[in-house]
Amino acid sequence: MFGYYLELGLRSLRRNPALTALMVMAIGFGVAASMITWSVFRAVSGNPIPDKSAQLFTPQVDSWGPQQNLKGEPPEALNYVDAMALMRTHEAKRQTLLYPVQLSVLPGGDRSLPIAANGYAVYGDFFPMFEVPFLYGSGWNTADDQGREAVVVLSAEFNQKLFDGANSVGREVTLEGHDYRVVGVTGHWNPRPRFFALFGGSGPFSDPTDFYLPFTRALDLQIDTAGNNSCRGSLTFTNRNDWLQSNCVWVSPWVELDSAAEVARYRSFLEAYAADQQRAGRFAWAPNVRLRDVMQWLDYEHVVPSESSIALLVSLGFFAICLVNTIGLLLAKFLRRANEIGVRRALGASRREIYTQYLIEAATVGLAGGVLGLLFTALGVSGVGLLFPPEIARLAHLDLSLVGLTLVVAILATVAAAFYPAWRAAKVQPAWQLKSN
Amino acid sequence: MTMHPILAALRKHKAGVVLISLQIALTLAIVCNAVFIIGQRIERVNRPTGLDENNLFLISQQWVGAPGGDDPAGVEKLDVMQREDLAALRNLPDVASVAPSNSIPLLNSSWTGSVSIKPGQQLGDKSGTRTAYYFTDDQVFPALGLRLVAGRAFTAADVQHQGARDQRDRPVIIVTKALADKLFPQGSAVGKVIYSDGSSSPSTIIGVVERMQIPASGSWGNDFTWYSTLVPTRLDSNFARYVVRAKPGRLDAAMRAVPATLYGVNPMRVLDDDSVKSFADIRASAYRADVGMAILMGVVCLILLCVTAAGIVGLTSFWVGQRHRQIGVRRALGARKIDILHYFQIENLLIAGVGVVLGVLLAVGLNIWLMTHYEMTRIPALYVLTGVLAMLAIGQAAVFVPARRASNVPPVVATRAV
Repeated sequence: MFGYYLELGLRSLRRNPALTALMVMAIGFGVAASMITWSVFRAVSGNPIPDKSAQLFTPQVDSWGPQQNLKGEPPEALNYVDAMALMRTHEAKRQTLLYPVQLSVLPGGDRSLPIAANGYAVYGDFFPMFEVPFLYGSGWNTADDQGREAVVVLSAEFNQKLFDGANSVGREVTLEGHDYRVVGVTGHWNPRPRFFALFGGSGPFSDPTDFYLPFTRALDLQIDTAGNNSCRGSLTFTNRNDWLQSNCVWVSPWVELDSAAEVARYRSFLEAYAADQQRAGRFAWAPNVRLRDVMQWLDYEHVVPSESSIALLVSLGFFAICLVNTIGLLLAKFLRRANEIGVRRALGASRREIYTQYLIEAATVGLAGGVLGLLFTALGVSGVGLLFPPEIARLAHLDLSLVGLTLVVAILATVAAAFYPAWRAAKVQPAWQLKSN
Repeated sequence: MTMHPILAALRKHKAGVVLISLQIALTLAIVCNAVFIIGQRIERVNRPTGLDENNLFLISQQWVGAPGGDDPAGVEKLDVMQREDLAALRNLPDVASVAPSNSIPLLNSSWTGSVSIKPGQQLGDKSGTRTAYYFTDDQVFPALGLRLVAGRAFTAADVQHQGARDQRDRPVIIVTKALADKLFPQGSAVGKVIYSDGSSSPSTIIGVVERMQIPASGSWGNDFTWYSTLVPTRLDSNFARYVVRAKPGRLDAAMRAVPATLYGVNPMRVLDDDSVKSFADIRASAYRADVGMAILMGVVCLILLCVTAAGIVGLTSFWVGQRHRQIGVRRALGARKIDILHYFQIENLLIAGVGVVLGVLLAVGLNIWLMTHYEMTRIPALYVLTGVLAMLAIGQAAVFVPARRASNVPPVVATRAV
């Protein structure tokens, strides 16, 4: 029976071309708008490190005080003094500090013009903590951190640029006039959003970074942050050393904590640290600390652009209106055929059969709408560059799951919209219809 | 015509009535808020920065192997390098004027702080406010095309230089009129002293510019969008920005000449595709999201209105078909064509009336929800009122075609069996 009803449905699509076209267009537009904005939203709001996002935390310590902090929230990064103190105590199994740096490099040897390369100054724990894949070699270890070694890890993309993708472990790279020994080359790795470095530098959705070098080495070479540097109160420093001791925040800390007990212990450690600072007179306020995991941190930092969620909401509202429209039009389309229904009922068709027939007919409308919607979605996805910055627009793409979702949503939504009209159609009284003829 | 027959007929078509009014209500709610968002974005994008934006471009560049900016010798060396660049750029045939500057309006890279009329005040003090600093030199007025409304501009004698991390005194500054009015509501700010970043050493205001936006274009700068402070100081670090005004119509030529000129002075520097940027590009990228949002909302509104109008046409056509015979009977009993037309128009007005009442509630509700979750302001009544009128007009326009068809039903239909 299904095949027969499907055929009837397809035939009926041609019967009221204007009405059908209206419904198919409405569903097509509605589903396409929702899918285009959804494709962007899923790209920007995803979990960048799904299997570990609940074990990675960024500690925050209020070093600015209630007068100058962010409406009660501690600053979004640490100052040098607090960062080094957390690093020294080594309360967490793995921990790293990091900040973005921008250094120049001569890609073709001494006679070429310099280009800028972006990287991060990190501790050796960074690589296992964030599960960075390696193509050649590996990261460095804690001994290298302590030895303040001049080593560097290159990204696959940067290794391609400098060494044509060859195994460069053991070779030298000159960054900003200083030599580094390559110890590892990462595979393609670019978690988006770049949750670990949201305090300035490259944006959360930018291209893969170029290199990683030891935090301790970067300090020795007095390499400044390429990210944000945020200070409060009256600034009295006049040189780098005084600046390091000031309340200016610029270091992003991360710790790995594997169990609830470890999290609780680390939280009380942070409280105790802040309390110590209060006792020592460095802070004139009660401890105010936070320990957010990856998803909480992304949420707090509003990484998902508000454009993206507003656009999604508006599109969903738009789709809802299109569906209301479809209910009305289906009602008109079905009840126009009250005579036909009356005859079928008089010939013995049950209500259930009428109901099924009209739901299937609605599904064919949904399918047609879905196909049209797919067309619009494909067009729209290539045009999202109008609405979003290029680095975000690039993330939106039409893949198999989006194609499937478009068709399924279109059909399901139309069938759901047809429940009431089909029910009305099934309620048609055969006697009344036959009499009025 | 009395309302009674219309209401009685509508009771027979509850589902259709509910659907049309619901659709009108939802459309009104979304279109009102969308148009409000569009209006806000357009207003933001169109506000002038206070600069003469034509023929203006920005150079951002970084030296390679330059000395650090923390010891006096390094600072002096960096300052020499910067002055060499400035001199070379000022010598270009297509360039009118050049000034160093740590940033430019809409660049979204800023040095912000606080200024107060009292010494040693922290941020949050009532007598002060936030500000964004522009560190530049005496050429900033011709280069940016700023308009001085009181006092005097910087002279070469005012200009100092310092390492980027050096918090040195700022003896003279120029502020925007908005900032001057905020700090000194009762009169001229010229000659008065203020204290920046909680310092206890005074800075004298020597001039006031009419208008100059801060570098931040995002919402975090909304509190102090027009509170800029100009400091006559060249910042010396391994990184420098220059604002350049090309001679009229020579923007492209001047921009093309820059890389070769700067490499000629010193090849050990990073100049890439983004290093030389026209102000038009800076403006476009600062407001890209706003413009995109306005376009998206506009397209959605347009399609939405079409879909709703088409829905009304569809359902009314169905009703006209259903009541074919009754219309014929009315005509046979003496109703004129215009009576039939009015019948459907009034019917639509009633349904749309219910829809817009519901829609106003939904529109305000949606607006309140957006205000709590996103940075939105209260929607003015004018937007909602215009929306209501527009929805009623669209309803009338959509119903006209089927209603005309109904009015053309001949009275003879009454005598025929369906």
